[in-house]
Amino acid sequence: MKLIFEKGAPGRRTDYLGPCDVPVIELEGALREKPLRLPEVSEVELDRHYSALARHTHGVNDGFYPLGSCTMKYNPALNEVAASLPGFTDVHPLQEPETVEGCREVCDRLESLLCEITGMDAMTLQPAAGAHGEFTGLLLIKAYHRAMGHTNRTKILVPDSAHGTNPASASMAGFEVVSIASDENGFVDLEALKAAAGEDTAGLMLTNPNTVGLFDPQILEITRIVHEAGGLNYYDGANLNAIMGIARPGDMGFDVVHLNLHKTFSTPHGGGGPGSGPSGCRAFLAPFLPGRNTPESIGNVRSFGGNFLVAVRALTYLMTIGREGIPEAAMHAVLNANYMRVRLADLFPMAFDRICMHEFVMTLEKLKEETGVSPPPWRRRSVLSPPGMSSSGTRRRRPSPSARARRRRPAPGLRSRRSSASPVREARR
Amino acid sequence: MSTYVPVTREEEQAMLEACGLRSPEDLYGDVPASVRLRKPLNIPEGMAEMQVRREIEHLAAKNTVFPHVFRGAGAYRHLIPAIVDTVTGHESFRTAYTPYQAEISQGVLQSIFEFQTDICELTGLDAANASVYDGACAAAEACEMCREKKRSRILVSESVDPKVLSVIRTYAFGRDAVVDLVPLRNGVTDPDALILLLQPDVSCLVIQQPNYFGCLEDLAPLTEAVHASGARAIVHCNPIAMAVLKTPGECGADIAVGEGQPLGIPLSWGGPYLGFMAAAAKLMRRLPGRIVGETVDTDGRRAFVLTLHAREQHIRREKASSNICSNEALCAARAAAYLAAMGPEGLRQVALQCVSKAHYLQKALEQAGLHPVFPDQPFFHEFVTECPDSEKLLSALRAEGILGGLPLAGNRMLWCATEMNTRDKMDRVAAIVREVTAS
Repeated sequence: MKLIFEKGAPGRRTDYLGPCDVPVIELEGALREKPLRLPEVSEVELDRHYSALARHTHGVNDGFYPLGSCTMKYNPALNEVAASLPGFTDVHPLQEPETVEGCREVCDRLESLLCEITGMDAMTLQPAAGAHGEFTGLLLIKAYHRAMGHTNRTKILVPDSAHGTNPASASMAGFEVVSIASDENGFVDLEALKAAAGEDTAGLMLTNPNTVGLFDPQILEITRIVHEAGGLNYYDGANLNAIMGIARPGDMGFDVVHLNLHKTFSTPHGGGGPGSGPSGCRAFLAPFLPGRNTPESIGNVRSFGGNFLVAVRALTYLMTIGREGIPEAAMHAVLNANYMRVRLADLFPMAFDRICMHEFVMTLEKLKEETGVSPPPWRRRSVLSPPGMSSSGTRRRRPSPSARARRRRPAPGLRSRRSSASPVREARR
Repeated sequence: MSTYVPVTREEEQAMLEACGLRSPEDLYGDVPASVRLRKPLNIPEGMAEMQVRREIEHLAAKNTVFPHVFRGAGAYRHLIPAIVDTVTGHESFRTAYTPYQAEISQGVLQSIFEFQTDICELTGLDAANASVYDGACAAAEACEMCREKKRSRILVSESVDPKVLSVIRTYAFGRDAVVDLVPLRNGVTDPDALILLLQPDVSCLVIQQPNYFGCLEDLAPLTEAVHASGARAIVHCNPIAMAVLKTPGECGADIAVGEGQPLGIPLSWGGPYLGFMAAAAKLMRRLPGRIVGETVDTDGRRAFVLTLHAREQHIRREKASSNICSNEALCAARAAAYLAAMGPEGLRQVALQCVSKAHYLQKALEQAGLHPVFPDQPFFHEFVTECPDSEKLLSALRAEGILGGLPLAGNRMLWCATEMNTRDKMDRVAAIVREVTAS
């Protein structure tokens, strides 16, 4: 397809401003020499260009999106109406507090709902995405240990199955990363954890349910080992969707969490953002939170209060589904995943033969043996993206609660794709 | 209560049976009983759309929306052509995931590619990324790009937005880097003070153009001094101003960053916004986050893919150039659509109207008795005046639906004018200033 720069013609434009009603002043001195090359198109060309781009994009609202590694759920229409109210969109972030009571109430209400869902005492909406929330949470841990004089606590323990953002965030926060092995069931190897936890441990980062879709039943033992060594426990909320309203990180022994509003709380991914990654913590860490006027605060992790319109959408979702809807969404995500797991088990042997949470890992070796088709082309035909595909040829799948309506389709769809597996066109990298 | 779960009770039961389970409880056998919630969450019951809508609209109505805004300081009210909402409102864009899988994401990938091209054009640099969270984060990530083993000191001009400085400091706390401030002379960065501060452990200097006080910095001598010491120059720039001002690239910057909010993104009480980053070719591999590149598919047709993955967290883990994963892709699409709607001449007109109206306002305020603090400095669309009683002035303005400038320390006020402000209202602001001063 043509780039927008290749469409239109020199001088073609729409005047959106009209004449200037004050004398026009030209700046003198340091002016750009190189002419500015931007698209020169008519409005109808622009409209058609983006319609064409949209047709070449597959979103959750276009169809089933069985991606592993990220919760993709339905983005309700009402959320968009709420986030486009001029009372929210046309408010300057530096307006005096008494003129933004509605915005502040949105944030206060969302923060307290998220505290209740996670079992935390305090929450900030400032982080703009999950990885940003991780960075924020780790800085809280760093600032806490500094304040306590624990200068030797420089290591963060991260299970080897963790998403790449965990070690990257720990490194950005100035920690040394210690990788903890998983056992044959995909759970944390307790002996490895005991051996690693010690006087230099600042904390542990854990995703539970973990990245292979299993809830680690040793969770209380894990958090106890870290606490006894003097470290703090960090909960990566990427997979909270499976257990929200069923169990809370705060009750499992976690001290800090981050959430992804664009996963668990139904706000759209937008082709990669904007998201929102609130950080929550227990009361003893609250003074360190960003965006507060406390002497202990770590400062600010971005300008202003966060991705506010994303918060509006999440609040709208929580007001809609409420107390009963939260565990119901979680349970149906888990039920869907298990239903698919069972329906596919005869064709794709499962990596772990047990009840899964929101996602599961199936192996593609049998597929290759019987059809000669290797995982990458099969994956491309199945709308499954690379982060969900491990190098060993296993495949994570995660239906969200709203995937349910199509539950009869995906499993047969994957079954038929398996039987007709053949190489498809691949983009060269 | 409303729910988006599309399964009936009967279907649920059938699915449970297919899994060999009797009740939904059986799904959670791995969760220890002691951490299972024994009672429902202590939050309100769900509501139907009609009730939710009423309540959300009530919250929005509690805010004051000012029809006339003379405040900027990092967030600017500009015209957003209707077409920007139309073209970026497509459900497929809005609900798509990060475009890891090129085969189903060509549209998103191309829109990001076009955005990156726009940013290179605006900044005069070689390579741009797919965006970061906001302008302040872009500046902090740029500092990280410049870090070397023996260079961990970051210099930031005192004319940089204090919010940007605060985020740079927070990121620096993570990496245990030191942040020092470069003092000002008459509202702009003092080149002599800078030279004294450029010690061998300095990794970079962050300068803002136009700076926080609206003044135009003379960038070239500053970047030259920085390069002479072996450090790198980061320019935090306003993208609208780049339509007319010398670009960071033309001024010798190694990295240009900025807040993309002025490019078609509503004020929205601070977010979502858009951090943009561009770098000279030699630093391209240090850019954090996603970069979209052009390639061809097996049939030789043009295609787009995420490229240079090797720097990223999902490959490099703790050795990655940054942890960034989600960015602000839909905001980047808005910016690209805005720039395409405006075109080069339209963007130039926006910039010229900003300059013209800000100068008109400054003169009107001066005649009304609010004197400019840096009268000799050229400025773009913001400027600082003396303002003895800002509280009184702001409340008088508010009574007429006008958001006045931002009060600064030392009885000063930072004003902003854009193409959105009319001559009538600027005259009215000046008249109110007179009334307040006289009373």
